[in-house]
Amino acid sequence: MSDIARIVLEVKDLKVTFRLPTGDVHAIRGLDLTLEENEVLALVGESGSGKSVGVKSFMGILPDNAVIESGEALFHDQDQTVDLLKMKDSVRRKNINGTKIAIVFQDPMTSLNPTMSIGAQLITVLRSHKKIPKKEAYARGIELLREVGITDPERTMGQYPHQLSGGMRQRVVIAIALSQDPKLLICDEPTTALDVTIQQRILELLQSIQRARGLSIIFITHNLGVVSKIADKVAVMYAGKVIEKGTVFDIFYDPRHPYTWGLLSAVPELSDSKQELYSIPGTPPDLSKEITGDAFAPRNPYAMEVDFKAEPPMFKLSNTHYAATWLADPRAPKVDIPPELAERIRKMKQEAKDYAEG
Amino acid sequence: MGRYLRRRIIISISILFVILLILFLLMQFMPGSPFNDAKLSEEQVASLKESYGLDKPVIVQFFRYIGKMLKGDLGVSYSIAPNTPITSLLVNRFPVTLRIGFLSLIFGTLAGLTLGLIAAFFRSRIIKVIFNILTLLGIAVPSYMFAMFFSWTLGYKCNIFPMLYDFRSPMFSSAMPILALSLSVMAVIGQFTRSEAEDVIKSDYVLLAKTTGMKSSTIIIKYILRNSLIPVITVMASLLVSLLTGSLVIEKMFAVPGIGGLLTTAISSNDYSVVIALSFVYSALYIVVMLILDILYCVVDPRVRLGGKPS
Repeated sequence: MSDIARIVLEVKDLKVTFRLPTGDVHAIRGLDLTLEENEVLALVGESGSGKSVGVKSFMGILPDNAVIESGEALFHDQDQTVDLLKMKDSVRRKNINGTKIAIVFQDPMTSLNPTMSIGAQLITVLRSHKKIPKKEAYARGIELLREVGITDPERTMGQYPHQLSGGMRQRVVIAIALSQDPKLLICDEPTTALDVTIQQRILELLQSIQRARGLSIIFITHNLGVVSKIADKVAVMYAGKVIEKGTVFDIFYDPRHPYTWGLLSAVPELSDSKQELYSIPGTPPDLSKEITGDAFAPRNPYAMEVDFKAEPPMFKLSNTHYAATWLADPRAPKVDIPPELAERIRKMKQEAKDYAEG
Repeated sequence: MGRYLRRRIIISISILFVILLILFLLMQFMPGSPFNDAKLSEEQVASLKESYGLDKPVIVQFFRYIGKMLKGDLGVSYSIAPNTPITSLLVNRFPVTLRIGFLSLIFGTLAGLTLGLIAAFFRSRIIKVIFNILTLLGIAVPSYMFAMFFSWTLGYKCNIFPMLYDFRSPMFSSAMPILALSLSVMAVIGQFTRSEAEDVIKSDYVLLAKTTGMKSSTIIIKYILRNSLIPVITVMASLLVSLLTGSLVIEKMFAVPGIGGLLTTAISSNDYSVVIALSFVYSALYIVVMLILDILYCVVDPRVRLGGKPS
């Protein structure tokens, strides 16, 4: 199998703008993503960096005031390639939504229809593409609920969303997403609204399902702890663009973009209670204004003159690792990553080694 | 569900009892009496009062009234149709009022739902403006103005509908009263449906349903319509009040032989027992409809069905 055939989704230069009464907001300013089969790609970034908007645009569920300015989202399925952005809603609904790509939202409290029983919702979804008998759909629903770790599926089928806990509801949402056997699952912060203990279980569930089914997953989150657990690859987003991407090891052990440094430094550390919690200074840029140069430059203590003038291209650092910062330019002065972060990374590596050995 | 219903019915009956008590007491405070006739001597008035049992203490009168009412006897009219049992006054009129009221409610609700959903789905500027003008008119203009407008246009100028109620074609001649009454219902329901449906359309569960590739018709019926209905049912209860009060005037304008006309006549001629009986019928009507709406609520919203018991 050639390399190209293994790619599931390619997003190229996607630009999405929100038309607001106060002016246009350029939420996505040229998003590039590549997702391979059987791969978990984490999309990381602050609130407002455009993580969700990006995926919503190729699911056709953007709000009315959002406009896709340019770009393509190529979905490869067997021998066919389709551009999700140029597809009519009706075609996408028939051929893509649910059966090829499915999504899990952030808040399980609002993701289910409050006036329909879990069983009715599952059965409705199961029968939405293929007209299978209700009995068969019911049996399939039970199977799905069991797959997502619900212990008494017969009971759950008859219950309404308000009778279930958040974790249970998210399991149901995952069951609905899996019901039509999609190839690609988009998880839009699926654990953010849950208890920490439940988060862990949902993550484990997603991981085991991913392995069992060979799913490709785009996992949107702002929680780097979650990323390290589940992802194969990471794309760090800032102001509507990917600014660094690589394998989990590239991003966690060898981060290159000053924004990634900031993100990693901002993760609280349990072992070190004396250290003050780090936060990246400043606020994200106003996306309604034209941005020249590197969008992160005003908050970047390592910013050079060129950062305010020209936008850095994606520099290739290795076969898997890319970063859009002028620091990666061969002409740039050598800047070492902050010593505290270097210390952290050393500790993480040590822990990983200890874990592997012991 | 059964427990919830039983509780609701018991509450409704107690409310009716309280209403009756209040009505009865209010009547005692009304100035004058049914025998306000200068030609009657004091002895005559006293003997009239005695024959109707009005010389007894109020509390005795009240319980005698309830006792008879339970047997279906609402007493007799004093002045507008002397000594005619009120039940026989009601038998012919009540169905007319009921029919016009319910048809207005149903027609107005269906039209309002349809318009509200259309306005929520097709969000072009023109539809929005037209919808807003129509609903604002419907809410702001009282039903008797519509009644006048329709009698003049549809009745007098175009001669489509009869201007007065006609026994020979009760449905056809009720068209204009129903139309006049249902416009405000339509406007209020329309507004509520639109704002609710707009929220539901943007909700996560509808977005999620779209990402599963469900047919639009399924999403509209099972996801959007049903969830938009919940607040609409709540408004219907309060609309019923305006419908009932509106029907008082409308019945008069179109000479509809309903209980509205009877009530206004009875009030002006101090016919106690008729006023009490009719006010009670109106209250009972209202409470019964509330009960029906509550049951509807249960059917539509499973969260109510469980009687608020935490699971």
